[in-house]
Amino acid sequence: MTRVVVTGMGWITPLGNDLDSVWKRLCNSESAIATIDRFDASSFPTKFAGQVRDFNWQQYVSDASLHHSPAMNSQFALGAAKQAWAQSGLGNFEQLNFERAGIYMGAGEGVLDFSAHSMIDTHSWDVKDDKVDPVAWAKFAQDSLDEWGEVEQEPNMPLWHVAKEYGLRGPAFNCLTACAASTQAIGEATSVLLHGDADVMLTGGTHTMLHALGITGFNRLTALSTFEGDPKKASKPFSKDRGGFVMGEGSGMLVLETLEHALARGATPLAEIVGFGSSADAYRITDLHPEGRGPAAAIEGALAQAGIDPKKTINGKPQIDYISAHGTSTQENDSIETMAIKKVFGDYAKEVPVSSIKSMMGHLIAAAGSVELITCIMSIQTGMLVPTINLDNPDPELDLDYVPNVARKSEVNCCLSNSFGFGGQNNTLVVKRFAD
Amino acid sequence: MPNELEQVVISGVGVMSCFGSGIDPLWEAMLEGRTGLKRIERFDPSGFTSQVAGELAEDAFKVRKIVPKSHRKATKVMCRDTELAVGAAAEAVLSAGLKTAGTSVEVPTIPANRFGCHIGAGLISAEVNELAAALVTSKKEDGTFDLAHWGSEGMQNLTPLWLLKYLPNMLACHVTIVHDCQGPSNAITCCEAASALSIAESRRVIQRGDADACLSGGAEDRINPLALYRQHCTGRLANSDGSGDMSSLVQPFSDSATGTIIGEGGGIMIVESAESCKARGGSPWCTIKGIGCRQSFADSPLDADSQAITSSITRALEEANCNADEIDVIVPLGSGVKQVDSAEREGLHAIFKERLDSIPTITTIPYTGNCMAGNGGISIGVAAKALQEQKLPARLGAEQTTGIDACACRSKEMNIHNILCITAGEGGQCVAIILGRAAS
Repeated sequence: MTRVVVTGMGWITPLGNDLDSVWKRLCNSESAIATIDRFDASSFPTKFAGQVRDFNWQQYVSDASLHHSPAMNSQFALGAAKQAWAQSGLGNFEQLNFERAGIYMGAGEGVLDFSAHSMIDTHSWDVKDDKVDPVAWAKFAQDSLDEWGEVEQEPNMPLWHVAKEYGLRGPAFNCLTACAASTQAIGEATSVLLHGDADVMLTGGTHTMLHALGITGFNRLTALSTFEGDPKKASKPFSKDRGGFVMGEGSGMLVLETLEHALARGATPLAEIVGFGSSADAYRITDLHPEGRGPAAAIEGALAQAGIDPKKTINGKPQIDYISAHGTSTQENDSIETMAIKKVFGDYAKEVPVSSIKSMMGHLIAAAGSVELITCIMSIQTGMLVPTINLDNPDPELDLDYVPNVARKSEVNCCLSNSFGFGGQNNTLVVKRFAD
Repeated sequence: MPNELEQVVISGVGVMSCFGSGIDPLWEAMLEGRTGLKRIERFDPSGFTSQVAGELAEDAFKVRKIVPKSHRKATKVMCRDTELAVGAAAEAVLSAGLKTAGTSVEVPTIPANRFGCHIGAGLISAEVNELAAALVTSKKEDGTFDLAHWGSEGMQNLTPLWLLKYLPNMLACHVTIVHDCQGPSNAITCCEAASALSIAESRRVIQRGDADACLSGGAEDRINPLALYRQHCTGRLANSDGSGDMSSLVQPFSDSATGTIIGEGGGIMIVESAESCKARGGSPWCTIKGIGCRQSFADSPLDADSQAITSSITRALEEANCNADEIDVIVPLGSGVKQVDSAEREGLHAIFKERLDSIPTITTIPYTGNCMAGNGGISIGVAAKALQEQKLPARLGAEQTTGIDACACRSKEMNIHNILCITAGEGGQCVAIILGRAAS
């Protein structure tokens, strides 16, 4: 039977741009949330976010001229992919069949030039007709917009850049199921390998919505925190006074391989992907199903594929050692996710540690799931569980072990990672310590 | 885990195009050789050099009429792309003879948790009037835009759910709600390859045992100023003000081709396990015999790569356990963009050699325009129809093509066993799908 292992990981995040330093900061309960300085957000309802800093994409590519002018989401993906590819050792594997090396991204769209678009829209507004004059609009657009910048808006452009950088010619997909995208990408990349269509898949996600229109959109949805006070305290998953999510940005990328391929070339598996579940709420665009049926179905599906009965223990311990929660810090998500975990794990739910790194780096939207899966694998490797910070005022209705505020030592062999998207698409992965 | 032996069929076909709802209006037009391309009416396109599209008249399709009463309010937050997807899904469900939450009060044919949904979408361009109406409230007297005012007051003029209207996964999300598909669901965003990749994913999901059937395909609307501008930026569009003969405006595989034309529409199939289809007494339109997916290594994301096309076809033939001689008809992208057409012809020639010149092709873009994420759904729907009807529709375009049978011609009867559908999309994703005649 084919097995799928992880042989490389990398990330670009608001907490830093390499595996070890970010991991240390997560274990130290540090927050990356600060005042937005990418644009002047001082008048916006939300003025803070988790912003990637000190990052130059050109340091992560072999030849920058191959890439035209990548949008920021593509830049992040190139940075994370470089780390994952290097860790996998595939760059030194001369026998790699590039037609059996594919890519499955969960990438968001490029960054819209809000300054130019707002000028074009307002200047072409016809007051008499109370609508845009499309002829004037076209002229302003052609005079003002960067043509290549608009091409880079397509969500499959990060895929193109990363595939081009590493010569990947196998199966190639990009999905964009909002906040669930990169978890879904990793799950489906695993499925591509199990199906026999590739030996290697580079997979993960990348996204930034940290621009004026992105913040506008989420502010209008009232989904973002408008916390007044120290921004580091704004993201507070599972807290009674949680008031919405905090925007983050970045990328997480992983190299997946069939075990046979990894062992044949002498690679060291970092972990094994053993379960993937995907579901749709099919309920409402704006709300999660009140009984959490979609998230519960995704968790159950992933556990079933992993051969784990959540209501059975081994030697008195649950078979899942840690859950990386979607944990957005919105009232609705954190309640429903807790409900879904309880529904699936029954009496053992309170014995499984659950935490949300969104408390420290914000919500990376399409990239969130891949970064969180890497966190799970780092937990397996280091025996540390990262905390949910800012959990000083627990919600009495939410009574799981959320690893409050301080990292914890623990033997970790098997983790579950949840991602639930706006609109009701839910995805869950189960990752396990590799054993022969 | 995967059950490689599971045979997967297309058991329902739903298409939305400039000809209207359903595959039949499009098929009739294609039999008659009647293009749907004309000057854009939705807005004045005079500011662009390409002023033509495959446009569905606003009053020809009202999404409110086809969703259950419980979902009518939600139609207010559907963009045009979502409306088209909901329309195509409704047609697919109808053609497959399925009962779903959206179409019947009876017990659904496919249990909700066994019904998946994979719908390809594009970069949905915000409707400029809607955004501009809010933005102008933050315009200063000197004409510049006041970001500080926007943050404090102006943005309040944007409808609260504005963002949700334009997320690419909303096509699938609305369809899952209408038809109560609680199984695996995804939104593939790979330009012209999105529909075919969605079908590849649906088949994989069914073969790994996670669903019995999926609504699968894609839809996109490019007929608004921002979306047209974005396509203009690629340099791929044919210039025309809509006067003259539109039936030869897009000329796939012709030396005189000048580019492609935008469109709106899509195709959504019922992709179903053969066992499920048989058990419920359904009639498959065709069998999905093989799929190959590859990534281009071209120097630009706008260029296609013949090697990737050849390799994807090779993989599809392997999966189908079929040799090249058994392919009767080819449905290429055939966009009328010279570089992409040349790469397709070269990639096909590496497989079919001299025989390529005598294998008939079906090209849809001269009829419907390039519906991007919806394009593959339309062409696969047409291929399924051709297999069912055992007919080749007429072709539009140039009077002459070299090295490939793609010039303008009339429709004809044909004994068709296997059709190869290819897509080489912007961004480099290539997909080859082999459809076979359904077992009688």
